[in-house]
Amino acid sequence: MSFFESHWVLTVLLLLPLAGAVACLFAGKDEAKHVALITSVAAFVLSLPLFWVFREGTPAIQNYVSIPWIGQWGIGYTVGVDGISLLMVLLTTFIMPMAILGSYSYIKRQEPTYYAMLLLLMTAMIGVFIALDMFLFFLFWELMLIPMYFIIGVWGGERRIYAAIKFFLFTAVGSLLMLVAIVTLVYLYFRQYGVVTFAYNDLVELPVTKSAQFWLFSAFALAFAIKVPLFPVHTWLPDAHVEAPTAGSVILAGVLLKMGTYGFLRFAMPFFAYAATSDAVVYTILTLALIGIVYGAWVAAVQPDAKKLVAYTSVAHLGFVMMGLFALTSESIQGGILQMVNHGISTGALFLLIGMLYERRHTRMIEDFGGIAKVMPFFAFAFVVVALSSIGLPGTNGFVGEFLILIGTFRTHPIAAVIAATGVVFAAAYMLPMVQRVLYGPVDQEENRDLTDINLRERVVLFPALAMIVLIGVYPGPFLEKTSASVDALLEQIELRARQAPLEPLGTDVRFDHMPVLGVDED
Amino acid sequence: MLSLPLLLQETHAAYEPILPAWILLLPLIGAAVNGVGAFNWRGNKLIPSVVGPAAVIGAFAIVVGNFLAMQAAAPHDPAIVSLWTWMAAGDLRVGVDLQFDQLSMLMMLVVTGVSSVIHVYSIGYMREDPGYSRYFAYLNLFVFFMLVLVLGANFAITFVGWEGVGLCSYLLIGFWYENREFASAGKKAFIVNRIGDFGFLVAMFLVFVHFGTLGYESVFAAAPTTRAYGGVVVTAITLFLFLGCTGKSAQIPLYVWLPDAMAGPTPVSALIHAATMVTAGVYLVARSSVLFAMAPVSQAVVAAIGAGTALLAATIATQQYDIKKVLAYSTVSQLGYMFVAVGIGAYTAGIFHLRTHAFFKALLFLGSGAVIHAMHHAYHEVHSHEDPNDMRNQGGLKRFMPITFATMWIGTLAISGIFPLAGFFSKDEIIWYTGAYGYGILWGIALLAALLTAGYMTRLLVMTFHGENRTGADAEPHLHEVPAVMWIPLAILALLSIVGGWVNIPDALPGLPAVHALHDWLHPVFEPARGILEAHGLHDAHSSPIGGGEAMWAGISTVAAAVVILLTFRALVRRTWEPAADSAEPTGLAGVLYNKWYVDELYDRVIVRPLLALWRGCWRIVDAGLIDGSINGLAAGTRAVGWIGSLFQTGRVATYMFYFVTGVLVILATFLL
Repeated sequence: MSFFESHWVLTVLLLLPLAGAVACLFAGKDEAKHVALITSVAAFVLSLPLFWVFREGTPAIQNYVSIPWIGQWGIGYTVGVDGISLLMVLLTTFIMPMAILGSYSYIKRQEPTYYAMLLLLMTAMIGVFIALDMFLFFLFWELMLIPMYFIIGVWGGERRIYAAIKFFLFTAVGSLLMLVAIVTLVYLYFRQYGVVTFAYNDLVELPVTKSAQFWLFSAFALAFAIKVPLFPVHTWLPDAHVEAPTAGSVILAGVLLKMGTYGFLRFAMPFFAYAATSDAVVYTILTLALIGIVYGAWVAAVQPDAKKLVAYTSVAHLGFVMMGLFALTSESIQGGILQMVNHGISTGALFLLIGMLYERRHTRMIEDFGGIAKVMPFFAFAFVVVALSSIGLPGTNGFVGEFLILIGTFRTHPIAAVIAATGVVFAAAYMLPMVQRVLYGPVDQEENRDLTDINLRERVVLFPALAMIVLIGVYPGPFLEKTSASVDALLEQIELRARQAPLEPLGTDVRFDHMPVLGVDED
Repeated sequence: MLSLPLLLQETHAAYEPILPAWILLLPLIGAAVNGVGAFNWRGNKLIPSVVGPAAVIGAFAIVVGNFLAMQAAAPHDPAIVSLWTWMAAGDLRVGVDLQFDQLSMLMMLVVTGVSSVIHVYSIGYMREDPGYSRYFAYLNLFVFFMLVLVLGANFAITFVGWEGVGLCSYLLIGFWYENREFASAGKKAFIVNRIGDFGFLVAMFLVFVHFGTLGYESVFAAAPTTRAYGGVVVTAITLFLFLGCTGKSAQIPLYVWLPDAMAGPTPVSALIHAATMVTAGVYLVARSSVLFAMAPVSQAVVAAIGAGTALLAATIATQQYDIKKVLAYSTVSQLGYMFVAVGIGAYTAGIFHLRTHAFFKALLFLGSGAVIHAMHHAYHEVHSHEDPNDMRNQGGLKRFMPITFATMWIGTLAISGIFPLAGFFSKDEIIWYTGAYGYGILWGIALLAALLTAGYMTRLLVMTFHGENRTGADAEPHLHEVPAVMWIPLAILALLSIVGGWVNIPDALPGLPAVHALHDWLHPVFEPARGILEAHGLHDAHSSPIGGGEAMWAGISTVAAAVVILLTFRALVRRTWEPAADSAEPTGLAGVLYNKWYVDELYDRVIVRPLLALWRGCWRIVDAGLIDGSINGLAAGTRAVGWIGSLFQTGRVATYMFYFVTGVLVILATFLL
């Protein structure tokens, strides 16, 4: 088994940024960013072969390993990827170098700590996507929170403290409930089989009673919904985005939001298949997703702050993803996963672009611009391409994702799909006015007259995003082929489990020889 | 190889598309080269002047080759070229497939042919523009997407072209983006079109769910046998598709973007907003003729909307002063005719008019471009800021620009349906079949709109070319004819506007050879739809709703149009207009028409403003107020509780003793009582 087929590639991907983070702390003020860039690029290069080595057509977990860690509690270092997590890992390693290189001139204080935080975040994010042990997963999940909190709180804008605390509290509330649910799940498993395990593969097999499913699903769902974010728990997002430094926004939109949708897909839906496919849950989530799509677009359309506008578009875009997941068709879920990738690339690029403007003008207010196309033509070109991707023009990545989501959703929930399709009109209604007010019109403000077009470094930052926007738009096959088998298997699994969910707890099957140290008495 | 065509003709064997991908690649490469040029060699006019037109002319050449090959083979079934799989997930499989059949071939000929002419014209028109290379990049990109639109072998690929041409339209309307109004016009076009695109999307969802595929051939083959005639499914699909058409082809209620689109350079108006892109809706209905034929309700809606639009736009055109606005509303009106045709089931007539209209409307727009070019130049010389587009500032231009003058008259006679020019045959065919198929009211409307057409076009010609010149004494000496690179395209289009109708001459006209070339050419494409229509009661009455045969009505309408032209000419040619700056806004009915029936204002009051208010409300009241209010309230509440709690923490032992004793007493009391 080669390196790229073994777990080692994943393990190195976890450890490399961590080592980079430590190196950053010891690097000089001016060297830290180079260390971070080299580390992230190395991680990206390392992760790239996964795309080709990955065996398509099988839902099997690949690059899998399970090493006991805290044996008596059944906790292990269990990692691996299927098609879904593979794309998420690659998205992370793709976004990080852009975010780091995009910070080069933006961050001007405490650089070593800043870049260490970014790399620590990278480890945590990769960890979340590859963890197949609930303890390990939760560890990484919480670990993400800390660097992000500091990135917003220390290197953010004027209201950074409010935004950082809001971000932290929202997320922490959700996580707390999820922790309770994880522990409950582990306990239920123990009561059933007499074994304490945190392993994903074990827990996912546990038949949870129908009524318990609703409680546990809700706890998971709340944690993930906040992250997505679903209406009405989305209001931390605009504040966090506006206050976060550019790289913070890029990572937040690019990767962090996908933790929510990924969490639904990987955990909440297969664990509690009965609840997740019940009418009550499906209709609730579809409704909230639809509100997110329409309402997010509406609110975005009237934002005077470009960054806030983009933040609200995330609510709309992630609404599409959530709708795709809960429409429960192969097309819509695959579209949803692809749209997670697309949104990461496009919205990440939008934040980078707005950051480039901010570095030049120190404002994000749309009204402070106008005629930028005249003074910054290349910037304008990139901005328009990314904006078109964001509104889902065919030929860009955004269309493929949205189209698959909509057409898949239409099969099971036609009305929802039609309402969501109005989102394509609203998307034009929020994005084009911003494009117009920033890029077009006369250069009527003195400060804008002498702006310099984006430099080579900034072009290097943007180029990968522009390339991917077109590549996925025109030739999404290789990406869809990655997820196809995993999604079909997942759907099958969900359907099966939903049917088999017991009404009453099954007779306990406690094997006393496995009786753990936990000291729980079973009566 | 040489003997092959003969052999194929006998067996009706396969036609193999020649260099199919290159038809698309050439314009795309042109766009890329010019796009790079827009950044890197902005001063260079030579490269765009060569690459831009060459890319399109090259594509035209390949199309002509394919046309000849197809003509020789006379295939009954389309040739499908599959390039690669675009989207595959679950049961959905969408390939990048190109369909070569008689309809797409005809469209390609029109698109690449007219585009070639207009690209050449643009060399002269845009010569002094600093965005020269960018212009050709957009224009080439447009041709690419337009070809994708007509070549798509499934709804999704057509949709790629559909939105792609919309993008190019947006970019070209707002080409002079430093002008706020122009940029807004582009944005308006995009957003209004997206409303239509929503319809197209929903139609695709319906098609996929009910037919399991988006491929034209499979859907159209399955529909008649698996779906009920007049059923909900086909009706819904076609109505949603038609919503898309009302956006792209500027019909009621979504036509409002097209007049504003005149903000773009005039060759763009000629190519995109007259000859090609705006006819995409007509093409789509024709392409989906099987589905429309199965849905009588949709057919009626298409025809009625088309007739209504034809009349409404014609009335507005009579009172516009901007030369391009007149032509824009004229285009909206003529598109209405095409929809009447495809709506009543006269598909060939619709495509026929699409084709002749492409010639004479492109001619008229390019002619108006020549006028504007001359006017702009003259005003530029004397540093005047008068509006070169306003016909009240023009007049008497025939002396200065005889070629433009002559060719525009040819275009005017053609669009007015004067025998034997192109418009006579195509428009007459539409009007005739509308009556003969029993759509009496629409027939009347179509006739009325035809007379209005003759009227407003004559008015345009008179105001522009006849009478006294109103450009101003100092600017007048600077007026002169456009260079050859611009008038040769005019001449070519003028020729086509004359002879373009001779491919389809009805049997009924006495003394003329009956020609069915176009009808026969398109027969394999429309045969299934015609079969459905005829099976369900479509019949040709061979007379108009109020009697009389085709020859008689053709005569009546051409004479009537000629009379209108003469009367309008006589009435207006002696009239004097004040230059635009001195003119008052028209009042009364003229004012209503001048203000386009106030439809834009209505949309603004009833749709745009209430929506914006709602959106602001969502933000300020729901997001910032309700949600964040309650969350911040929760935070404040927590803090308040903490503060109240902190009151008890005095730090004095006596206080804590007091709490302790009280607590003990309470506990004791509970036990004792």
